[in-house]
Amino acid sequence: MNIKQSELDGVLSRYGHKPQGLVQILRETQQLTGWLPRELLGQIADALGLTLAHVQGVAGFYRFFHTHPAGTYRVLFSDNITDRMLGSEALLQDLCQRLQIQPNQMRADGRVSVATTSCTGLCEQGPAALINHKHVVTRLTPPRIAQMAALIEQQVPPDQWPPVWSQVDDSIRLADVKLGHQPAPGQGIAAAIARGPQAMLEDLKRSKLRGRGGAGYATATKWQLCRNAPGHTHYVVCNADEGEPGTFKDRVLLTSYADSVLEGMTIGAYVVGAQRGLIYLRGEYSYLLENLHAVLQRRREQGLLGASILGKAGFDFDIDIHVGAGAYVCGEESALIESLEGKRGTPRIRPPFPVERGYLGQPTTVNNVETFSAVTHIAVNGGAWWASIGTAQSTGTKIHSVSGDCERPGLYEYPFGTRIGRILEDCGARDTQAVQVGGPSGVCLSAFEFTRRIGFEDVPTAGAFMVFDRSRDMFEVARNFAQFFAHESCGFCTPCRVGTELVVRRLDKLSQGYGSSDDLQVLFQLDKLMHGTTHCGLGAAACNPLRDTIAKFRPAYERHLKSLHFVPGFDMDAEVSQARLATGRDDSQAHMENLL
Amino acid sequence: MSKTRIDALSPGTFLLDGQEVEFGPGDTVLQAATSAGHYIPHLCWHPDFSANGSCRLCTVKVNGRSGAACTVQAASGQNIESNTDELNAQRKTVLQMLFIEGNHFCPSCEKSGKCLLQATAYEMGMEGPHFEEFYPNRRVDASHPDLLLDLNRCILCSLCVRASAEVDGKNVFAIDGHGIQTHLVVNSPSGKLADSALKPNDTAANICPVGAILHKRIGFATPYGQRRFDISPISQQVEEDAP
Repeated sequence: MNIKQSELDGVLSRYGHKPQGLVQILRETQQLTGWLPRELLGQIADALGLTLAHVQGVAGFYRFFHTHPAGTYRVLFSDNITDRMLGSEALLQDLCQRLQIQPNQMRADGRVSVATTSCTGLCEQGPAALINHKHVVTRLTPPRIAQMAALIEQQVPPDQWPPVWSQVDDSIRLADVKLGHQPAPGQGIAAAIARGPQAMLEDLKRSKLRGRGGAGYATATKWQLCRNAPGHTHYVVCNADEGEPGTFKDRVLLTSYADSVLEGMTIGAYVVGAQRGLIYLRGEYSYLLENLHAVLQRRREQGLLGASILGKAGFDFDIDIHVGAGAYVCGEESALIESLEGKRGTPRIRPPFPVERGYLGQPTTVNNVETFSAVTHIAVNGGAWWASIGTAQSTGTKIHSVSGDCERPGLYEYPFGTRIGRILEDCGARDTQAVQVGGPSGVCLSAFEFTRRIGFEDVPTAGAFMVFDRSRDMFEVARNFAQFFAHESCGFCTPCRVGTELVVRRLDKLSQGYGSSDDLQVLFQLDKLMHGTTHCGLGAAACNPLRDTIAKFRPAYERHLKSLHFVPGFDMDAEVSQARLATGRDDSQAHMENLL
Repeated sequence: MSKTRIDALSPGTFLLDGQEVEFGPGDTVLQAATSAGHYIPHLCWHPDFSANGSCRLCTVKVNGRSGAACTVQAASGQNIESNTDELNAQRKTVLQMLFIEGNHFCPSCEKSGKCLLQATAYEMGMEGPHFEEFYPNRRVDASHPDLLLDLNRCILCSLCVRASAEVDGKNVFAIDGHGIQTHLVVNSPSGKLADSALKPNDTAANICPVGAILHKRIGFATPYGQRRFDISPISQQVEEDAP
C-alpha cells in the first residue's frame, strides 16, 4: 500500500501540481496504492495547496475512491436492472460464498471485496463486472464466477485472466449515418475550414442539430453563445460520462468511431475559437483509454490536432482526457466541469451557464459524444442534408442502446420519428410489457403506447431502450431505478438527498409486504416535491420511473400492498415477540394474527 | 438557457405575491425581498455570504417556473409567488426531510427558541415529522476547549464552510461523502475540532443556524421562553437578515 515519494511526485508533476488535477491525481495515486489513506490525502493536499478536509471531501464524493482498504481485488457487479434480469444478483451471492465474504465488506486478509456499482454500460453483453475500476468482465456465468474465485485465491492479476472475459463487442445491429460509412479523417475539418467558422455555424444552424445527451438543446445556439462569450480562452468539452443506465452507444462510438467524435470536437474548436479540448470519460470506460490515446496520437501525426491544423495558421487545438471516478451526476454539464476542475461533482448554480463561464471560468461548450459525431457528418454532407433526415423538430438519426428482453440486443440507429414498435420488432422483442426509453430519467411506455415515435416532439431519448416482457415485475424495475438515484444523489440539496432515500425506504417497505395505499400517496407527494424543488435534473427525474409505473402498472404495486386501506408501517407481531419471550407465553392469544 | 442574457445589472422592481419590490443591481430575489422587509423562508442563505442554493426552502415561482429565490437574479417585471399554500406545503415537507434525516430533539437542545430550523418549522405549521425518522449514527466532537460540534443536528447548509472560507480565511470546514451519507468534516490532521484553527470568535463558530456548532459553558444563559423566536416568529424578524 506504500507509495514512494518519487512515484507521488511523478503523478503530481503530470498535473503540474495544480488543484484542478485533483481527481486525476487521486485516481492515479490510488492505482498505485489500492486505496487512499488519510496521510496520503494530506501529502496531496500540501502539494496542491489545498486543505486536507477539501481533499478528503473530494475523495469521499466519488464512488471509485477508497479512503479505507477495499482489497487487492475490488469486484463490482454492474447493478442495472438488465444485469439483474440476466441473473447478476445470484452470481454476486455465488462469488461471495466462494470467497467466504459478505457483500460490501473486505475479507479479513485484505484480498478482496465484492459490491455493486451503477450500470457499467455493457447491458447487451451482461451480466457485467468491473475489477479494480479498470478491467471489465462481460457475459458472467456460473462457471466464470467459479473460475474468477479461483483466480482471486491464486492471486492472478486481472490482466492475466482469460482475455475472452474482457472481450467487449460493438454489437451494432442496425447502422445508419453515424454507425455507417465514415468520412476519411480530416475530411470534416477540411470542409469546415473551407467554409470558415461563421459559415460552418450557419450550416449547423441549418441542420437543426439538437444535443444527443437528452436535453436536446440546439447545438448551433450553444456554440454561438460560447463563440460570442468573452474570455481569455475557450474550451470544448466532450461529455463521455455515459452514466444513464441502459445506455452504451458512446462506448461504441469511442471504441470504433473515435475519429468522428474527435473530428467533431475539432470542428467545434474551430467554430467557438478554442485551443483546448477535454474528454470527460466515465471511470467505468477507462479500459478505452489506451485506444483513445492512440487515436489522438495518430491524429496529431496526421496534422489533425496540434498547431496549425491542416496547415491553417492560427488553428491550434489539442485534446486531453479526464477520467471520472464513478459519479452519475457528473453527466450534468456544470457538475462535469466542477469535476474537471478537481472538485466534488456538485452541479453549479445556473446562470451563468458553461457557455459563458465554464471550465476555469472560461466560455466552455459541453456536448455529447454522439453530437460531436453528428457534427462531423454535417460538416462533410451539409446542414440541409442532415435536416432532410428525421422529423421537423428532430433532425438526423439517433442511436439506441437496446437491451433487456429481446433476441438481438445491441445498437440500432434510426432516423428520428421511428415508431417504438418498429424498434421492438427489429430487436426481436416478444410479449413486451414495457419499454424504458431514455433510461431511468426517461419515460416508461406500456404496450398501448408502442405506436408513439422517437423524437423531441413525442418520446425524447438520450439513447437507452430497455425492454421488459410480461414475466417482469415492473415494481422491481422501478425499485432498481429508485436505488440507482439514491445511490447517485450528490447529496447537495435537501429534496434529492432525503427524497431519493425516502423513496427507496418506501419501496423496500412495499417489497417486504408492509405497504398500504397511503405509501403510494406519499410517493406521489415526493415525486411532485422533487420535480419542483431540486437543484438539478437528477433529483427532478428521480421519480419519473415511479410515476410512470404507478400510473401504468398499478396492479404491480398493489400486489405488494398488505392492504389497500390499512397502514401497518411495521410488523406488529414481530414487535411483540420480545414480550412473548419475556413472559414465556406462546399461546394463540399471544400472536397478533389471531387477534385481528 | 435563454438565447439572450437577462441584464440583472440595472435596478428595477418585481412583484412578490402581488406587492412591488425594488431591487438593486445584481440582487437576487431573496436579497431584494429581505432588504424590503419581506419574509421568504430560508436556511442556507445568509446576507453576508455567497448563495449556496442547497436547502431549497426559498423555492418560489418566478413567472410560473420554480427556482430558489437565493439564486435567481431579480429582473424587472418578474411575477414571483412565494407565500402560497402550495409552496408552503412544499416547504413544510422539505423541513420534515431535514428533521428526519438527522437527530433533532428540540426539548433538550440548547438552541431551542433561537434555532432557525425550529422557528421556520413553526412558521410553516409543521406539527410532526410525517416521515419515518432515519436516526442516523452521527459523530459528536467535544474535543475543542470552547466549542462543541454535534453532527446529529447538522442540516448541511454549509454556512460554516462559507464563513470559514470567505470571512475567516481559515477553511476549517468542508463537505464529504455523497447522497444521504453527505456530512461535514473538519480540517485538521486528526479531523478533530481541537486540532483545527477554529476559535470562538470566528464567524464560522457563530453562524450555525441550528445547534450543530455550540459554545461550551454558556448553555441556557437565556432561559427557554425568552429567546429570539420565543418572543416573535421568524417571519416578523426579517430586518435581522437584511443586508
